[in-house]
Amino acid sequence: MFLKFSLHSMFYGAGGGNDIQWCFSQVKGAVDDDVAEADIISTVEFNHSGELLATGDKGGRVVIFQQEQENKIQSHSRGEYNVYSTFQSHEPEFDYLKSLEIEEKINKIRWLPQKNAAQFLLSTNDKTIKLWKISERDKRPEGYNLKEEDGRYRDPTTVTTLRVPVFRPMDLMVEASPRRIFANAHTYHINSISINSDYETYLSADDLRINLWHLEITDRSFNIVDIKPANMEELTEVITAAEFHPNSCNTFVYSSSKGTIRLCDMRASALCDRHSKLFEEPEDPSNRSFFSEIISSISDVKFSHSGRYMMTRDYLSVKIWDLNMENRPVETYQVHEYLRSKLCSLYENDCIFDKFECCWNGSDSVVMTGSYNNFFRMFDRNTKRDITLEASRENNKPRTVLKPRKVCASGKRKKDEISVDSLDFNKKILHTAWHPKENIIAVATTNNLYIFQDKVN
Amino acid sequence: MMLSKGLKRKREEEQEKETLAVDTWWLDPSLPAVAQAPPPATSSSLFDLSVLKLHHSLRQSEPDLRHLVLVVNTLRRVQASMAPEPTLPPMPSPSAAPCVADSLLASSDAALSASMASLLEDLSHIEGLSQAPQPLVDEGLPGRPAGGSPPSLGALDLLGPATGCLLDDELEGLFEDIDTSMYDSELWAPASEALKPGPEDGPGKEEALELDEAELDYLLDVLVGTQALERPPGPGR
Repeated sequence: MFLKFSLHSMFYGAGGGNDIQWCFSQVKGAVDDDVAEADIISTVEFNHSGELLATGDKGGRVVIFQQEQENKIQSHSRGEYNVYSTFQSHEPEFDYLKSLEIEEKINKIRWLPQKNAAQFLLSTNDKTIKLWKISERDKRPEGYNLKEEDGRYRDPTTVTTLRVPVFRPMDLMVEASPRRIFANAHTYHINSISINSDYETYLSADDLRINLWHLEITDRSFNIVDIKPANMEELTEVITAAEFHPNSCNTFVYSSSKGTIRLCDMRASALCDRHSKLFEEPEDPSNRSFFSEIISSISDVKFSHSGRYMMTRDYLSVKIWDLNMENRPVETYQVHEYLRSKLCSLYENDCIFDKFECCWNGSDSVVMTGSYNNFFRMFDRNTKRDITLEASRENNKPRTVLKPRKVCASGKRKKDEISVDSLDFNKKILHTAWHPKENIIAVATTNNLYIFQDKVN
Repeated sequence: MMLSKGLKRKREEEQEKETLAVDTWWLDPSLPAVAQAPPPATSSSLFDLSVLKLHHSLRQSEPDLRHLVLVVNTLRRVQASMAPEPTLPPMPSPSAAPCVADSLLASSDAALSASMASLLEDLSHIEGLSQAPQPLVDEGLPGRPAGGSPPSLGALDLLGPATGCLLDDELEGLFEDIDTSMYDSELWAPASEALKPGPEDGPGKEEALELDEAELDYLLDVLVGTQALERPPGPGR
């Protein structure tokens, strides 16, 4: 067993990465370089089975892809993802009271676990969360007594017999309908939604507050965290992300712009302003700069599937925290340390404020996050190896193995390496998702969605 | 600007803002400051950059709170690090002034970054000449009203010991109003409208300096809730 493992990694670990060989599978979206604002992808999320993959964009649309059932004969690749449903989730709104336009951009999508034939997801923009039901219709009734097939009513006097309408198959139609609209609960911009493990409640977080909702009730929500100071002049910190624990329905965490994570227990009190645990790593004095706070700002927090760990993403690194240890992370992975000397330029062009997300694989053994130049990074927690890959249409034929990329921080650039100054900071991968069970990943560039799979022999 | 469904808007605006990071101006070996490794950001240039960012952020109809808080905190950090000089002789830099004026006149952020880059380039020359933090000192500094003090460095000596009170006082008002300001749209409109006519009043060197200070002064006055319209932005105060 051991020998097999080392031979395997000898052949396939050549890129300095995992044992997995990642192959291009599909790319969705427009090919042209001129990116339409509305097509910018703003969120990507697999459902609980991995069969469905949802994306939200800046234009307020949700596109759901469905994995086709595996073809038993051609088992060289897993099923492809094809468009299943497209709908307009949010529209631009105008708040007349505040004289402000409310963007329709979808900030987050979260799936509910499937309970019946229909699928449900929550999608949110800056202010309003919506519960969508996606259902299939593949039969329709035919043979009404009072109506013709085209819908016109028959003259009742011509009806001489009675028949029972029957269902006949029709072309599959996928319908999305809004079932609940949770509005008017957020003064500030919603950055996170998270469904509780009780599958009855969920939280929504904005810059200063977190609210708890019941999925059935739209006219009220409970405020469970409020960090708005009495005097706004004392404001120095905002909430950046929040998530419920995957197993413990009374536990959630929220991260801040100062690099802290607070774990809260809803059983302790109604208002969870006082945390149960505070996770914070002391600042490294040798790395201190004017930008220390900005780069420590946490852009994403995700619990592991097991619930034992959580991962945070700040500007330069990914950190894994053991929930039992508050004073420092158990693992830290550098995403693009070569940017540390460029922080001033990145501050100037605002790239330092980019919010990268991160995700776990199904077994919590590998974590992934995005970077610039359409690069994304994976870190294997067991082997401690990491790999940099690129989402690009060039040289990407189906089942082509992706070539590992390397950034040359300084000094002489080797062949095939890319120097830091050649990186395209407009090509940022902020959103990535990993299939809950298989080695299939979805990586969003500005307006394209890439799907990669591991090589199946 | 209302966005309508189905309208495909090209990303020119975004691309104007985000200049690519191939801004290797500081790697240019002809610059004296680059003889060594890339120079760390000087406090003063960072201060100005942060103020500009704040300015830009506040001109949004609904500022990104996280961005705002991070920029303000950075400004506080920078200011805390700048030791107050006992006397700062006014040293208007001939090359810096038109850059500042340019940056104020520029309506697009691309021009702003470009002018910031050239401004920082100029500053890197001046930094080598003296230890004084900043040539952008306002010379004709009248008595400041209670509500507002300019963030330009020349005023630091007027504040006495560095207690960070400059930004504490002025920028506090910034957050004070954030909630109600959303309900009071006139608070934003005059700020953005009145600032624009300002730079048109005089492109002269000294006037440019005063414009800078006047504009920022105006901005801060608005933030702390004083009657902004009573202060004509421009020279001759």
